[in-house]
Amino acid sequence: MKRAGVRAVVAAGVAGALVLSSCERENRGYGEEPAGNPADAASLTPLQPGPTIRVTAGRGPYDENAYKVNEGKFLYSAMNCVGCHANGGGGMGPALMDENWIYGSDPRQIFSSIAQGRPNGMPAWGTRLSNDQIWRLVGYVRSMSGQLRKDVAPTRSDDMFYGPSEQRAKELTPKNATGATER
Amino acid sequence: MRQSSRLWPSFRRTVIALTALLGACIVPGNESAFNPAGPQAGRISTLWWFMLAAATAVWVVVMVFLAWAVRRSRQRDQALREPAGDASMQRGVVVGGALTVLILTAFLIADIATGRALGALPRKNALRVEVIGHQWWWEVNYIDPTPGRIVTTANEIHIPVGEPVQIIGSSPDVIHSFWIPNLHGKKDLVPGHTTSTWLRADKPGVYRGQCAEFCGAQHSKMTALVIAEPRPQFDAWYNAQLASARPPSNPVTARGQDVFLKSSCVVCHTISGTLAAGTLGPTLSHVGSRLTLASGSLPNTPGNLAAWIVDPQRIKPGTRMPSSNMNQADLQALVTYLESLK
Repeated sequence: MKRAGVRAVVAAGVAGALVLSSCERENRGYGEEPAGNPADAASLTPLQPGPTIRVTAGRGPYDENAYKVNEGKFLYSAMNCVGCHANGGGGMGPALMDENWIYGSDPRQIFSSIAQGRPNGMPAWGTRLSNDQIWRLVGYVRSMSGQLRKDVAPTRSDDMFYGPSEQRAKELTPKNATGATER
Repeated sequence: MRQSSRLWPSFRRTVIALTALLGACIVPGNESAFNPAGPQAGRISTLWWFMLAAATAVWVVVMVFLAWAVRRSRQRDQALREPAGDASMQRGVVVGGALTVLILTAFLIADIATGRALGALPRKNALRVEVIGHQWWWEVNYIDPTPGRIVTTANEIHIPVGEPVQIIGSSPDVIHSFWIPNLHGKKDLVPGHTTSTWLRADKPGVYRGQCAEFCGAQHSKMTALVIAEPRPQFDAWYNAQLASARPPSNPVTARGQDVFLKSSCVVCHTISGTLAAGTLGPTLSHVGSRLTLASGSLPNTPGNLAAWIVDPQRIKPGTRMPSSNMNQADLQALVTYLESLK
């Protein structure tokens, strides 16, 4: 009798923990700003005097937050990222649909690229967008190459898209990228 | 009997409370469909009263018959009378059915007549106003064949009294609904689709309206004001809106403009006559002349404006305007500058 009671409590605890763990996906956190601008911490290249430093792949603050990633998607077209990068396929600017990026594909490096701008046309958004907004964009552009959980990536595209939605982007690894337009 | 004497006061209280509630709805006031200020709302109000009267009459008749049936069945039990014959039952059903069809047909005719009347305002020299619902504010464009005479503003729609106005609605994000209860019926603003409605204000005044289709977190703070004023005043307002924003006239406002142009404000907002030409947020060219801020969320005062700039998420959580960190002097200069844009 006692053991059954303990088991019920444990089961309830596990279920509760599972429910709580899914909260982050929709945590809108209005008005909260994620900690700071990582521009100084993110180095763009392993080349430097002394021993080689590898930038370890980190996580952006909104990698698990579907609401913020969706807001990033709104900003992506509102701030006219589409103008150069298209909807991930690239144009005047490089494509964003794989995870090998010229100026680093770590979330902090992506933040720096957006905030500081990069040579040959990428403008600096650091004084025009808040850190929060840039992190939203970081979350969204990472979803394009399928680096976010499937249930976090935004689902619906209002515009023409290079292939399957961001949710299915993982199927677009470089190996089978030729099948991009298949559904 | 004792039970009913205990129930009676609470029943009476409920009836009084419900009547008061209904009364509060019907009391003529602003943002009330019972207080029509134009022909469209007048038609809708007439239809509503007609339907209320018909429904009340039906309810009373049904209640009378019910009471009669209850009484009669008691008497019948006592007297053990035979039930009514088939012929009289049939007559009752036929009469009841015919009356129902008749009343519903009357409703249908009244409804169609009202609908036709709503779309049939005399359209000569109508003012055409484009209303675009955004999450969560209203963009307002006055359409004019001369491009230089197109006026863009937000959240407040000035119209001349006694003249027909065509509202052309659309939406770039989700479905909103434009409704000024004192003036006209609801009209949905649908993404990818243009809708149109007519209104005319016969009395000058400020008429409040609320987005009438749930559109997201701040649906409740998406208010539009229609300001109906005599033609000369309207023309004066229109010409003031056509002019470029006032250039800064003193060092404080000059600093304010500088702050505006160098911060993130310019990304989304327009101030005519400057380099600020963003279109994601409401235009601020004449923001000082508006009655409210943040789509009717706050009265337009310097204090409210400062609070809104510093932390919009506290006032309207989820709004797309981000918070701005700026020092006190910059903020004061910015607020002074924006409020000077009459």
